[in-house]
Amino acid sequence: MTAIGMEVSGLTVELTTPRGTTRAVDGVSFTAHRGRTLALLGESGCGKSMTAQAIVGLLEPIASVTAGSVQVDGEDLLKVSRKRRRQLAGPTLSIVFQDALTALNPVLKVGTQLAEPYRIHQRMPAKRARAKAIELMRHVGIPEPESRVDSYPHQFSGGMRQRLLIAMAVALSPKVLIADEPTTALDVTVQAQILALLAQLRKEHDMAVVLITHDLAVVAEEADTVAVMYSGRIVETGPVDEVFEDPRHPYTRGLLDSVPVETERGADLSSIPGAPPDLFAIPPGCPYQARCPLVQDVCRAERPALETRAGRAVACHLAEGTAQ
Amino acid sequence: MLTFLRRRVLTSLLPLLAVVLGVFVLARLTGNPTALYLPENATAQAREQFSAANGFDKPIWSQLLDYLSGVVRLDFGTSLRTGESAAVMALRAFPATLQLAAVTMLLACLVGTAVGCWAALRPNGLADRVSSLLSMTAASVPDFWLAILGIWVFAIMLGVLPTSGVDAGGLSWVLPIAVLMLRPAGVLTQVVRGAMISALGSPYVKVARSKGAGERRVVARHALKNAAPPALTVAGDLAVGLINGAVVVESIFGWPGIGKLLIDAILQRDFAVLQAAVAITAISIFVLNIAIDIGYALLDARVRQKVGAAA
Repeated sequence: MTAIGMEVSGLTVELTTPRGTTRAVDGVSFTAHRGRTLALLGESGCGKSMTAQAIVGLLEPIASVTAGSVQVDGEDLLKVSRKRRRQLAGPTLSIVFQDALTALNPVLKVGTQLAEPYRIHQRMPAKRARAKAIELMRHVGIPEPESRVDSYPHQFSGGMRQRLLIAMAVALSPKVLIADEPTTALDVTVQAQILALLAQLRKEHDMAVVLITHDLAVVAEEADTVAVMYSGRIVETGPVDEVFEDPRHPYTRGLLDSVPVETERGADLSSIPGAPPDLFAIPPGCPYQARCPLVQDVCRAERPALETRAGRAVACHLAEGTAQ
Repeated sequence: MLTFLRRRVLTSLLPLLAVVLGVFVLARLTGNPTALYLPENATAQAREQFSAANGFDKPIWSQLLDYLSGVVRLDFGTSLRTGESAAVMALRAFPATLQLAAVTMLLACLVGTAVGCWAALRPNGLADRVSSLLSMTAASVPDFWLAILGIWVFAIMLGVLPTSGVDAGGLSWVLPIAVLMLRPAGVLTQVVRGAMISALGSPYVKVARSKGAGERRVVARHALKNAAPPALTVAGDLAVGLINGAVVVESIFGWPGIGKLLIDAILQRDFAVLQAAVAITAISIFVLNIAIDIGYALLDARVRQKVGAAA
């Protein structure tokens, strides 16, 4: 097994709103290995982005981490001081955000923004940092970086802006890179290029990549391990080929069944009925009970824990029974 | 950029002409000033002489032509009161107003930016609530009332500051500036606070933090530059208001600026001085607006590009 990049255990994030307090992320645990990609897969609102924000320490004020640990290089990111956290942000842990248009500062030259990691962490003189920025731009495939370094974000296309964001995130070759829906806002052709760039950089820097996405095809293509999230919890996790070949959780199976398949051309596309439970009214028992075709009494009474059953980690009372 | 400036100056000429014409017409509506300047028992001949000497006997359009031909040569005529060139009088009074307005705006911008940023860093915290209340109050108090209150407390009761005039050196500046800057400082605090809260909540600030940027870098380098354009707009409006509002505050404090000159000229029906003072005020406001546009372009490359593309 490869070296561990980051170990998240029991991560719990609570939201405090006028409607009350609720758990948006509930006891999430996973391990990201160096040089590998772990995909956090789930639909909107399942808590995958909140998990990312909690890890990098950029939660909105209404959200707070109430339990868990994030171990990177022998340090618990949730316990270290704010100052130490800032020191780790960049050289150790980095994040790529979804919307590259708003994630780049509109009034600063891209070169200035790309040079910032070097300026902040290595106190590099402006001139050398600028040269490094040009080098980074060339490395992530931006043509004519010498002349583009003094351009502003709005002068780049969506794909190029995402490349700039990625370049900024990997500037100090972090051990762990979190990519929060890095391709969602892009054209399909550009998506593939960005994913290829991420894979190339992952190998070069031997980074542990946590890829957050709702796109099953992206997971199948890019990830080594997948963790399927539902209603703030991981409901199934394992190597991508095993999970996709033989899903044990009814939710995972529902997701995979809703992908159009060539051989069934013309057939009705299946979908999962209903919607995830309201975060403020999560029923006791399994959060998936209302949509699950196999629901039984035990599902309504008792919450299934993520346990290794029949060789795979699944949070379902019926996991053994559903394996073929 | 130069094309842009040239076009801005050209498009400013029309409203400037409207102001120059407007002040002429409005002044003439108040009647012939002859009665005001000659003794009540002056003979009809003397009145006619005075009218003829100052051109008041000519038909109005002829007076207008004389006036306009003077304006294009920057000659606004002579003061009825002093016989001096009206343009010279206006230019002599203008620096006093300009200095007062500049110092006031500078201080108001500094206070507004500092307090606004501070409040935005902890929205709804104690500092935010207190500064919001104070700045809201400051923005709502009329300055003539505050001026009189200030004179009463500091000049009359405590006797530490002069009541009016500029003879007391630095001390003469304290009350006029304090009175004038309160409203701009209050308004700017609110604007900077709002703009900074939205800038600090934006994704690019998150990205900056994810790069390990400290609070100071996030505020000064990333957020403030984005929050500046709305503050600049409001600051420009406030500066214009300051030059217009100088009439009231300069009268109260006996400040020898353009506002006082304007009021005196109106009371004395000193048309030439009135016209010169209004013209110089209008020109300064147009210059200010152009300066604000240049400020936008300097702050934001997107504006620069648009300006460049349109030129």
